[in-house]
Amino acid sequence: MPAKVTGAEGTAASATTSVPEPRRSVLSTGTLYRGREGMWSWVLHRITGVAIYFFLLVHILDTALIRVSPEAYNAVMESYKNPVMGIGELFLVGAVGFHALNGLRIILVDFWKVGTRHHRTMFWGVLGVWAVLMIGFTPRHLMNVFGG
Amino acid sequence: MTATIDAPRSPYAQTKRGVNWEKWGWIYMRASGIMLVVLIFGHLFVNLMTGTGISQIDFGFVAGKLADPFWQIWDTLMLWLALIHGANGMRTLVNDYVSRPGTRRLLHGALAASTVVLLVLGTLVIYTFDPCPAGADPSLVASFCEGL
Repeated sequence: MPAKVTGAEGTAASATTSVPEPRRSVLSTGTLYRGREGMWSWVLHRITGVAIYFFLLVHILDTALIRVSPEAYNAVMESYKNPVMGIGELFLVGAVGFHALNGLRIILVDFWKVGTRHHRTMFWGVLGVWAVLMIGFTPRHLMNVFGG
Repeated sequence: MTATIDAPRSPYAQTKRGVNWEKWGWIYMRASGIMLVVLIFGHLFVNLMTGTGISQIDFGFVAGKLADPFWQIWDTLMLWLALIHGANGMRTLVNDYVSRPGTRRLLHGALAASTVVLLVLGTLVIYTFDPCPAGADPSLVASFCEGL
């Protein structure tokens, strides 16, 4: 009769457990960070923020011309009324609208109890409200620019 | 050798004293952001959506607005809140992307200097502005200048 096997040796002798193959990762195998909605909202917030900042610098200076003379102010305002600038204003208002709505989303993520859980849904909400605002603004503005 | 061991769960030593400026900057971005949503959406609506939008903006239009204390305060708030919000945002970007201390100092200095200059300029323009400048072409100034 064989001696009773104990300890590690015993475990090794009886271990025939089959280990399943590791599941293949569903994540990308690349090294590029793909952060989906969270990352894109961050990227867009930065790009629109920088664009708005540089416009703001110019806008304070062009408005300051109102203190110089009516002619000087009207001359610079004429440049805002040409069609190319009119399209530029569309992009500017779009950037301001996105930055504003996404800023409110950031505040909700920070302060709303379940904000982090719903940040993705809120990003799509931001895009939805933004689209509605732009659908309202775009025809009106294009009429004012091109309608004479 | 003796070592002093803190009692468990005692609060760790405060490493920095004084005002936590980063925290106040963080709070400022959110507080000013909420106000700017109202101020800038209102600004865009009145200037670009009512009347004939961008086509109506000239010396007379802006003079008519700036003759009213309501718009003076509105524009002052917008100027200060937006420029500081934008400059602080740009500071964040400089901190993120500029690693050389000298370049960083230079850019921080440029941001601070341009912010101060534009705040002073903009505020002076709003409060020293004369909507009916003496000797101005009557066809360029606001209609209420006729009675003066």
